[in-house]
Parts: sequence; structure tokens; C-alpha cells
Amino acid sequence: MSAGGARMLRRQVVNGLALGLATLATLTGLIALVWILATILINGAGALGPHLFTRATPPPGSEGGLLNALLGSLMMTGLAVLLGTPIGILAGTHLAESGGRRWIAEAVRFVNDILLSAPSIVTGLFVYEIIVQPSGHFSGIAGAVAMAMVLLPVVVRTTDETLRLVPVSLREAALALGAPLWRMVLFVLYPAARAGMMTGLLLGIARISGETAPLLFTALNNQYLSFDLTRPMANMPVVIFQFALSPYPAWQQLAWAGALLMTLFVLLLSLGARFMLRPRRG
Amino acid sequence: MDASAAMPDFATEGETAPRIMIENLHFFYGATEALRNITLALPDRQATGMIGPSGCGKSTLLRVLNRMYDLYPGQRATGRVMMDGENIISPDADVNTLRRRIGMVFQKPTPFPMSIYENIAFGARLHERLSRAEMEERVEWSLSRAALWDEVKDRLRAPATGLSGGQQQRLCIARSIAIRPEVILLDEPTSALDPISTLKIEELIDELKTDFTIVIVTHNMQQAARCADQVAFFYLGELVEVGPAAQIFTAPRQRRTQEYITGRFG
Repeated sequence: MSAGGARMLRRQVVNGLALGLATLATLTGLIALVWILATILINGAGALGPHLFTRATPPPGSEGGLLNALLGSLMMTGLAVLLGTPIGILAGTHLAESGGRRWIAEAVRFVNDILLSAPSIVTGLFVYEIIVQPSGHFSGIAGAVAMAMVLLPVVVRTTDETLRLVPVSLREAALALGAPLWRMVLFVLYPAARAGMMTGLLLGIARISGETAPLLFTALNNQYLSFDLTRPMANMPVVIFQFALSPYPAWQQLAWAGALLMTLFVLLLSLGARFMLRPRRG
Repeated sequence: MDASAAMPDFATEGETAPRIMIENLHFFYGATEALRNITLALPDRQATGMIGPSGCGKSTLLRVLNRMYDLYPGQRATGRVMMDGENIISPDADVNTLRRRIGMVFQKPTPFPMSIYENIAFGARLHERLSRAEMEERVEWSLSRAALWDEVKDRLRAPATGLSGGQQQRLCIARSIAIRPEVILLDEPTSALDPISTLKIEELIDELKTDFTIVIVTHNMQQAARCADQVAFFYLGELVEVGPAAQIFTAPRQRRTQEYITGRFG
């Protein structure tokens, strides 16, 4: 009885200790998150206003908004999605469906994982080398290419993974009707994997919309409103970076507002992704 | 449509000519031989039941008939499978044309993630150019033949995944007949269904025999007895015995057949 009791006590103590440490770790993480969100919300909320969307970034010491940065980010993200998504979906499809040549698929999958975890500053420097340097100046196109390169591996990975979740029986059923491979992929596999693929794309967009390092070397920044993708282009991350480090209170205010807007944007994308993956009636 | 001139000169058993003639067929998964020297005639517009314990090769044989094994490297077949004078397992045979002529229904229902209507239209569109009216007619015809029309005619645009298991399987049968094949392969089509759905499918198979040659793999001996005109018993990759259903189940010639149908192994 007493030996058994001692063992029981020991178990309870260890159990309590482990549980306590796990809770503490969770709280630490949560506190950090809430702290960040609260800081952005408190500092950013006061700076919000319609002027953010109607006026371009101001010179030091005067008033202005974030219109040029918002539009620049929107245009470059849009172009990056147009560039990265088709290539990513095609590559992901190849990985999931290349039945015969498994070793090629494994090799590409490995390289893609490296690309996925590559520091984005390296991507920025790479695009600087291949586009900015030869063309002689920073440009929106270079920025979009750099963003597409960050997006690409995310799309490849999620396409590959969600397609491989589609049951083999569905593939065979389509082929058994005499469907060629491409029709099976286009009309049966993609609809079956649509939710997962869209989620991957949304999370990819969330990721690139906050990237600063690749844009510093490619799009740089532009004080003025510009729609010319061949010239340097304003964008949210770099504007926030520059304004937050500036000594001017008006710029610092805009940086806070920008940080809040981007956080809301990413939050919205994450919610969209969750909505698409919500469980449905089986 | 059938070119009678091209018929090969093999001897025909019974009164009907075979739709498909399997001759000296061997099948390999890598180095493993899953089917050994199979010779079997599938009579036109009759149901052939394939029975045997798990792993005996009956499903494998089904997957040879529509070349489903083509998808998987390392799987290969030797011998001949003759249909209208053409060896359908030769690399020259066009797989997509073959699969239009030989449809397949799988063990688990496989509705595509689209509407009931689109499930049927998907296959028909692959092989024919149909006007909107013709397509609607085809959808109604196939669903009626599969005894599903009355249950779904008011919700053709609803997702097919919302149907019950039995309805989904009948949808898959409708999808197969929509492309008007000559042969329909059924791989344990009722093993995932309840008794009432099973009964419906069995009645359906009986009905479909008037137009299509049926091959059904089943683990259920009663089902084979009820549905099949001819029954083939497989064991360890070999065709042990084939004959009229009544004879196989009442007076099998082989001891192994006898032991299997009386439940002594399997």
C-alpha cells in the first residue's frame, strides 16, 4: 500500500509538473502575441483615417497617406500571384501525378522544400543580380518576381500535398471512362482538391504581402504615386520599415497605421483560408 | 458496327459467341505472377461471375480487361485478350477507346465532386459531341437504366456526394452506361452497400444483361448464383473451373471448387 502510494504520488507530481510547464509555455507564446497585437492596435488605431487611402506618402514634416504604398503592394502582389500560381500549380501537379518517374519527383520535392525555407533576403539578392543589376534600376517587376519566387514553393507544396490526398479510386474512375490524363486532372482532381489548393494560395499571399527583405533589393520605394511597373515602386513593408525608423512623428504614425492595415489583411486571409477548409457534411 | 469478318476462329462454347476471349493470359506485379495461363471466354450479353478467395487474381483480371494496370509501372500482362479480332492488351491498342467500350464500376462508390448531371455528362462528353437536348436525354436514359432517375430527377444539379451510398453506386453504374459501352466490369459493386441497395443493384445487373456483357467479381456466393449465367472460380492466380452457374454451385467438377463453395476454405 505504502509503496504503491509513493509511486502514485510520484506520478501525480511529474504529471502536475509537466502540465504546469506546458501551460506556462503556451501562456508565454500567447502573451507575446497579444502584446504585439495590442501594441499595433493601440498605436495604429489612432492613426487610421480616410486620408490613408487618398493621399500618397508625404515628405518629412508634412501630412499624407499610404495610397502609393497600398497600390504598389497590391499591384506587385497581384503580378506575383499571376506569375507564381500557374507555375506552382503545374509543378505541384507534376509532382503528385508523375507516376513513373518517382525519383525525379522526390528530387524536385526536396529542392522545393529548400526554396520554401530559403531566407527571403537571398531571394531578394538573387533577383537584384538577375533583373535590377542588368536593367540598371529598381523596378516593380523585379519586386513582383522576387515575391513570386517566395510564393512559388508554397503553391507547389500545397498543390502537391492536397492532390495526393485525393483517393486513387477517383483517378481510376475517371480514367476508366476513357478520360485522358489532362481531363482527369482538370475536371476531377482540381475540383476535388480545390479547397486545399485555394487555402495554400491564400496563405502564400499572406506570406509574401509581409516580406520586406526581397523588396528592399528589388522594388525599393517610390515617394510618389506610380503605376509604372518598370520603375521603382512604393510598397507597404518598405514604407513601414523606413517610416518607423525615421525621427518624424507624422511618419511614425503612418508606419503604425500601415502595420495595423497589414495585420488586418493577413488576418482576413487566414480567416478566408479557415473558412474554405471548414468541415462540411460528409 | 461489329465487323463480323474480323472474328477470330476460336471454338465457341455454348450457344453465344464470346464478346471477349482471354487466351493464355499471364499477369505480373513486378516479379510476382498474379495470374497464370488464364483462358476464358466471356459470352456476349451474359453475366460472368468471378469468385475465389481474396488474392486469387479475380480483381486483377478485371483490371487487365480495361488496362487499368497501365497506370502502374512494373505491372504487365502477356498473352492475348481478343475483342473483335483485336488484342486489347497489345501496346498498339488505344486505351481511351478501349475504356469507352469496356466500362468499370468500382468496389466503393466514386462520385466525382460535381453535380449528379455533370457526373453523367463528364463521360459522355469525352467521346461524343452532344447537343444540350441530346445530353439531357442521355442523362435521363442512363439514370433510368440504372434505376435512379425517379430518385434524383428533381435534384440533378445537386452535388453527387450528397447521395446515399447505394444511390452513389447506381450513379456510377449510370455514368458507365452513359458512354454506351459494350462490356461492363463490376468489381465487388455491392460489398460496401446495405442489403436493400444490394438487391437493387443485383436486379439492375439482371436488367443490363439484355444490352451489355457483364463481368462481376464478388465474394458473395449467393450473389454469383443470382446474377451470373457463367461462373469462373479462381484460386492462387489460376482459373480452376468455369461453367454455367447452376453447374458450378450444384455439381462442381473440381475438388477445390467444391471446398470453396461449401465454405471449407477461403
